[in-house]
Amino acid sequence: MKQTQTHNQKPPQRYGMAIDLDKCTGCGACMVACSAENNVPFKEDETNKLLSITWMKVFRITNGREFPHAEVCYLPRPCQHCAGQHEGHSPCVSVCPATATDYSAQTGIVSQIYTRCFGCRYCMGACPYHARYFNWWDPVWPVGMEKSLSPNVSPRMRGVVEKCSFCFHRYQLARDKAYAEDKREVGEAEYQTACAQACPAGAIVFGDLNNPEHAVSRIAQPDRHDHYKSQNPRAFRLLERLGTNTKVYYLSDREWVRKAGDNYLADENPSASTPPKEHA
Amino acid sequence: MKLSRRCFLSLSIGGTVGTALTPLPWKLTDDMSIWSQNWPWTPVPPDGAYTYINSTCTLCPGHCGIRVRKVDDRAVKIEGQEGTPLNQGGGLCPLGLSGLQLLYGPRRIQGPLKRDGERGKGQWKPISWQQAIDEVSRKLADIRSQGKPQSLACLTDSDTGTVPQLFKRFLNAYGSPNFFRMPSVEDAYESVLSLTQGVDGFAGLDLYNADFILSFGSALLDGYGAPPRVMQAISRLKEQNGTLVQVEHRLSNTAAKANVWLAAKPGTEADLALSMAYVIIAQQKYDTDFIGTHTEGFEAFVRMVQERFDPQKVAAYCGVEADVIVRTALAFATAQKPLAVYGKGKGQTAGSLREALAVHALNALVGNINRVGGVQAIPAYDYLQWPAVMTDETAAAGLQTQRLDRARSPEFPHAQAIVHRLFETVNASPGEVQALFVAEANPCYSLPGSANVQEAFDKIPYVVSFSSYMDETAMQADLILPNHVYLERYEDVPVRSGTTRPMIGLCQPVVAPQLNTRHVGDSVILIAKALKGAVAESFPWADYESCLQEALGDQWDAISDQGFWAAAESAPASLDNGFGTPSGKFTLMDETIGAVYQVGEPSAAGDASEYPLLLMPYDSIRLTSRYVGGTPFMLKTVADTVLKGQDGFVDLNPETAAHIGLGEGQAVRLSTPVGEARVRVHLDDGVMPGIVSIPRGLGHTAQGPFLAGKGVNVNRLIAPVEDPASGLDAALGIRAKLTKA
Repeated sequence: MKQTQTHNQKPPQRYGMAIDLDKCTGCGACMVACSAENNVPFKEDETNKLLSITWMKVFRITNGREFPHAEVCYLPRPCQHCAGQHEGHSPCVSVCPATATDYSAQTGIVSQIYTRCFGCRYCMGACPYHARYFNWWDPVWPVGMEKSLSPNVSPRMRGVVEKCSFCFHRYQLARDKAYAEDKREVGEAEYQTACAQACPAGAIVFGDLNNPEHAVSRIAQPDRHDHYKSQNPRAFRLLERLGTNTKVYYLSDREWVRKAGDNYLADENPSASTPPKEHA
Repeated sequence: MKLSRRCFLSLSIGGTVGTALTPLPWKLTDDMSIWSQNWPWTPVPPDGAYTYINSTCTLCPGHCGIRVRKVDDRAVKIEGQEGTPLNQGGGLCPLGLSGLQLLYGPRRIQGPLKRDGERGKGQWKPISWQQAIDEVSRKLADIRSQGKPQSLACLTDSDTGTVPQLFKRFLNAYGSPNFFRMPSVEDAYESVLSLTQGVDGFAGLDLYNADFILSFGSALLDGYGAPPRVMQAISRLKEQNGTLVQVEHRLSNTAAKANVWLAAKPGTEADLALSMAYVIIAQQKYDTDFIGTHTEGFEAFVRMVQERFDPQKVAAYCGVEADVIVRTALAFATAQKPLAVYGKGKGQTAGSLREALAVHALNALVGNINRVGGVQAIPAYDYLQWPAVMTDETAAAGLQTQRLDRARSPEFPHAQAIVHRLFETVNASPGEVQALFVAEANPCYSLPGSANVQEAFDKIPYVVSFSSYMDETAMQADLILPNHVYLERYEDVPVRSGTTRPMIGLCQPVVAPQLNTRHVGDSVILIAKALKGAVAESFPWADYESCLQEALGDQWDAISDQGFWAAAESAPASLDNGFGTPSGKFTLMDETIGAVYQVGEPSAAGDASEYPLLLMPYDSIRLTSRYVGGTPFMLKTVADTVLKGQDGFVDLNPETAAHIGLGEGQAVRLSTPVGEARVRVHLDDGVMPGIVSIPRGLGHTAQGPFLAGKGVNVNRLIAPVEDPASGLDAALGIRAKLTKA
């Protein structure tokens, strides 16, 4: 469903993330915090990574050089919450036949509505980031462990797709609280994702990309006239040239790390690349 | 009626088209999926009132502040407690974040258990608490009446705070000097502080205020000290354009994030540190004021360094080029607040005393002892003001006996406890230990040479475990008196890791006890009372809580409200009276220290011709090898190049692998002088050629289906190597070979 925005208001919120890969230590706290916050199911064997559900996943990348010139960097990957070339043209939203995943023009968050999803998995095929996971089985919590489930997020059943929601339930709670307190806006500290909150290195910064007062917009410096491409020379987005217009910005001083964010020809310079021109 | 071909075809085609056009099949498929998705076993978590409770995590020595979200009486999420003095950011490590999986998990012991069948077979008979306490006290009274109270030993995770001190007090009243705590890097730091500064206390490393950190293999970003605090400090270092230099043979996460990675060969780190000292002295970049006014033995130190640690010489065998040594040493010495850090990996072994002294000497040379951004000696906590222990004749006689590990004897004057020696003694002369208490420790899994530890357990007639979980050590017990887990109990936890500011965290009950468990402090008090006489009189408290409240005294109200007590921010101890040495100065070199520098590094066990490779364990923050095992959520974070199905991996340099003819994922037999295991190979350019790198924290044989049987426990493949200087285990690794399976 397309939501139209009125023109006399300031721009809607556009929640996004900036992840400093030079600070990220690859500890995995974000993955665990996310799983605990969102009632993510677990199995005895989680080593088949195609079947292991991890809304937030930390990838390990290397520069491919030999000892002792080898380097390692970790890259946390939540759902990238693509806006596409027109707001709402996320790869997954475009293909969902059940409107089980939708783009919120108010927040820029790509939702996933489990009760609508009938498990066709088109969205998983469409997602360039492997951010979506399918529940092949009903989740099973060992006896007693269901006590740790949070009522804020419904446990998913077999046959549906799930993914990172930028902890949307936290936004809802913060919005309700702001409304009850007669405030118009949700403050930066009032809505933070579980991963950003848990990151011990302070590598993940979350907030409204459209709000210049939020740290994330100061770091990511998105150019609103160029598909929110970052103006920060340290920053890049994953597979930016697909035109997915994602809301997760990565930062690194290292050239090889920035280059790992997309597929480049051997002699290509990442900083010179631009997203594809929009077609009429 | 005759069914013509035409009629049949039109009926079937018409029927197919008709069915396809009606919504019926789609509706049925839809209904069926909705029906099956609503099968009642997908839980609907009940909603309720939200509350937050502040407490302290006790899963590692970091003791971070936590904030637990509750819905009615259920704990649903653990988060870091923001804004506490030691954890400004409120981040938390993967283990701390998944603590609820320990609280509600299937590994917990439901109530007191008595062994019913052979040891280690896991056959148990549930008994009542009364029976359990009676049983232990009868056994202990027996041992005591034979006049051998010293044959009761106790092993716990730490020796600070009321719970370990209650155990120690119990042993004192009972008549045994054999109280042990698990080994850690603190053992080495304590010895170093005592030798150089004459201080009884712990080393506060001011990582947060340093601008140049030179780490000798410490897993600063993989779980060293208090992980969130250390990580915050390193992030801050980056923001302030500070420098992190990591000396390590492997491209660990810390090395990967360091500005400079010095891949020194294992065992040459002390020499590398001393060659840096050589450069600092030769180029006169040391702190002349501190060296001149506050140290003694400088000339002797200079002589020793000049004779033996010329960077040219050291570079030839340590794997770091001489000009890199010179450059690093000068950068270190000219930084504003340089800090050299000792402690391998997460700091779960003491390591080499020689290396610890060399690293501390670097700190002294640049004069950052007891300074902001340096190493501050923090006096031991002394808030426990208990009445003196009553000792009867039996106890007095028992306390006169030599400790089983000879710690604190003239042989090893600075060691508090040498755990591997306890088990070696048991293996050599089984009668010496008649009973063993184990609390908050899992020696059968966590100690190097765990096969020997296991063997020793077989020889101890009576083992009592206070574990909350069915771990490897609890499996070897005769009786289990399960403790509450940390989210169900009160406990004071004095912080000793990664802080320069004394602080006591309070672990407090977040939820009511879920099972038929009892606070370990209460168990000790009850056992003491059942023993009657002087032992009972030494424990005047009705229960643990009153004992704790009395111990914390005036601070109780503030601490239970806030979740912690922190000493006021204060300047480091002054240099003029901060040293307890006879001269009142920092001792760079004297006879004892000189002897330590003289002995050389303990080498890895095994014959290099038979075992051409070196097996080195590494620490990852995604795994844990301490008392509490990992959680299901943590296992999600473990890469499939570390664990795949049940198979554990070792990391090899591609060159080494090619030499043996091994490829990615191939199964091999890994043998060392003490054991062997089947592993698979992962090729990694971050591993030094000739080294086999293996993670700590896998290969459990107990601890339930999420952990048991996965990967290899490295402690089964290595053995302790005693540091001749300290008596402590300083094993780096062990010689190894790989053969195609």
